Amino acid sequence: MRRFTWFNATSLTLGFAFLYLPMVLLIIYSFNDSKLVTVWAGFSTKWYGELLRNDAFLDAAWVTVQVAFVSSTVATVLGTMAAYVMVRAGRFAGRTLFSGMIYAPLVMPEVITGLSLLLLFIGIGLDRGVFTIILAHTTFSMCYVSVVVSSRLVSFDRSLEEAALDLGCSPMQAFRLVTLPIIAPAVFAGWLLAFTLSLDDLVIASFTAGPSSTTLPIKIWSSIRLGVSPEINALSTLMIAVVAVGVITASLVTKRSALRQEADQRAAERA
Amino acid sequence: MNQTIFEPWNDPNEKPLIQFKNVTKRFGDFTAIDDQTFDIFEREFFALLGPSGCGKTTMMRMLAGFETPTQGQIILAGQDIAPIPPNKRAVNMMFQSYALFPHLSVWDNIAFGLKRDGMTRDAIGDRVAEMLKLTRLEKFAQRKPHQISGGQRQRVALARSLAKAPKLLLLDEPLGALDAKLRQDTQFELMDIQETTGTTFVIVTHDQEEAMTVASRVAVMDHGKIIQADTPQTIYEAPVSRYVADFIGDVNMITGTAKARNPGSEPQGDPTPPSMQPPEKRDDAASGTPQRLDPQPNDAGRWLHDKVLKFVLGPRSDAPKRLPPPDPTRDAPLASAQATPQPVEAAPGGLEIHWHEGAPPLIASNGDPALDGQTVTLSLRPEKMSISKTRPDAPNVLHGKVVDIAYLGNISTYHVELPDGLKIKAQATNTRRVSQRDITWEDDVWISFRDTAGVVLVE
Ligand SMILES: Nc1ncnc2c1ncn2[C@@H]1O[C@H](COP(=O)(O)OP(=O)(O)O)[C@@H](O)[C@H]1O
Ligand SMILES: [Mg+2]
Repeated sequence: MRRFTWFNATSLTLGFAFLYLPMVLLIIYSFNDSKLVTVWAGFSTKWYGELLRNDAFLDAAWVTVQVAFVSSTVATVLGTMAAYVMVRAGRFAGRTLFSGMIYAPLVMPEVITGLSLLLLFIGIGLDRGVFTIILAHTTFSMCYVSVVVSSRLVSFDRSLEEAALDLGCSPMQAFRLVTLPIIAPAVFAGWLLAFTLSLDDLVIASFTAGPSSTTLPIKIWSSIRLGVSPEINALSTLMIAVVAVGVITASLVTKRSALRQEADQRAAERA
Repeated sequence: MNQTIFEPWNDPNEKPLIQFKNVTKRFGDFTAIDDQTFDIFEREFFALLGPSGCGKTTMMRMLAGFETPTQGQIILAGQDIAPIPPNKRAVNMMFQSYALFPHLSVWDNIAFGLKRDGMTRDAIGDRVAEMLKLTRLEKFAQRKPHQISGGQRQRVALARSLAKAPKLLLLDEPLGALDAKLRQDTQFELMDIQETTGTTFVIVTHDQEEAMTVASRVAVMDHGKIIQADTPQTIYEAPVSRYVADFIGDVNMITGTAKARNPGSEPQGDPTPPSMQPPEKRDDAASGTPQRLDPQPNDAGRWLHDKVLKFVLGPRSDAPKRLPPPDPTRDAPLASAQATPQPVEAAPGGLEIHWHEGAPPLIASNGDPALDGQTVTLSLRPEKMSISKTRPDAPNVLHGKVVDIAYLGNISTYHVELPDGLKIKAQATNTRRVSQRDITWEDDVWISFRDTAGVVLVE
């Protein structure tokens, strides 16, 4: 079988170009010496230095990380609980309604979610700030977590839980000692998903942020209205780097442990 | 009666460990367990045997506490277990899939249940070490379940469920995933462990050989009902129905119309020595057969017994009972394929079965004459049939042609087709080398069996 054909090569190149050309451009221009974004004037890292001295960006980054961390953690707890109830509880009155309602925010336009949250916060007289962004992000990322966790729970061998009960665990202990450690990778994946969703959310954050609490996406968005600066390119490049390192590490770790498990198993069968 | 024989189900003073009382389990409008009443005794190795979907796992899950009966009661050691949650029952289960905790080492898997009991660390360590020794897993204590082989995993599951020293251990198709050789070894291991620990075992299996090997009693199930619960020998030699006869081992079934035979002039009293009498059944799901199938003495015999033999043999029990377990000396095959058959006279009485127009009826002197006129099935085990090339002198003789020979090493099974197309299986022990055996394909042969070789079944 011939793997290489001109057709394959062309479509591959086009596809990757489509995906990565904008990012490559952004990375290249973050090292541009000139202040004008579109004119190349030699290699320099000075914009990275500028970035570290820009308090507005640093503050926004700190707010973003706080919001992402807290909201994804709370969303993971709530989302896992919801998933557990949906997969385990079997039939109960209103089950279909409940599961439908959990997934609804996935397809709801963000503008609507943002607007309704804004109305709620105004209605109950809650001052907008970091706390309201956290609440809003928890609300919408929780359903992503519950989707990820429930897809793992569906394939979870229920007899493991029954074995735990059989050996004297209360249902709560069985969850803590058996179910949770086993589904931990899915829970972590859900947390990671919630974290990144919160990191890059612009729409909902714009609705629920107050004057004192600007997140990084809001900051970037508002500053490019004054023109794209090389500083923003540098910031974006850093974000790309962080994400890339995270993704590559995660996949290497999973691959390594899968390979080790396979090798162990083969060794055991041979012995 | 011999006291060393373990058969608490025959002792009316023995208290059962588990009692099922009219237990019914429904899933929606599907009845998985249908009004079952039976007992399991302490130290028993009780096997539930039946085809897939007949309710074996459901039975276990009710004992473990993962299902509750829709109706009826389950009593464990005198206590109704319905309100007791699984984690409070003195019952442990070995799961069909083993259900080992993948994130814990072998040691931690076995210690898991002990830690829940709040034992001290030293006590847990000792108990786990003991279990590891029992199941010969000392070398693997620190491995994770995926780092050991299937057979070892199965032993970990066993060790884990035994560690808490439960009153009752449930094993759901524990050996299903093992290959034949390992399976056999493990069966004997299980029996050893059961004997050493004195735990009551209930095992689920769909493998009849496994059930016969390990169990003190086998319960044959079909569609949510126990059809017969008895010792492996009785199940095999005296099945109560065609279903049981067919489910356990190979069997030939010949259906025909029963006709009572002349009881003969020599009354025999009660020919069964007391030790051979199957004692009366206690209440048991395998409901006693409606008709009297066992031989009954006539008036003269009764007189003879009451006036003379009673003082030697003791009083005669007149209660209905099952077919007596066949007497090995009487039921041994007449002769192997090679030996010359010895002439045998059929005992008087019993039934003759008209199974085919023009063929002589088959004689079953152990049949119940009360079945006269009914359609019955004579069930015959292949190893009770003899095969020879010359017509032997025997109570029952069939003539046919060999169509197939299954060579199984120690024995061969001959498939013989009778003139009317019925196929009969007969087994012979291979005492000689292949080249010296004289029966081969297409040979005209005679199949013979004693008048007591078969069991007459009505349902
Ligand atoms: N939770 C359940 N809901 C509905 N039907 C069930 C459930 N559990 C078992 N059954 C049904 O009950 C019958 C008996 O099942 P089971 O006891 O698992 O059979 P076995 O172990 O003998 O193969 C099957 O027909 C199965 O479909
Ligand atoms: Mg089953």
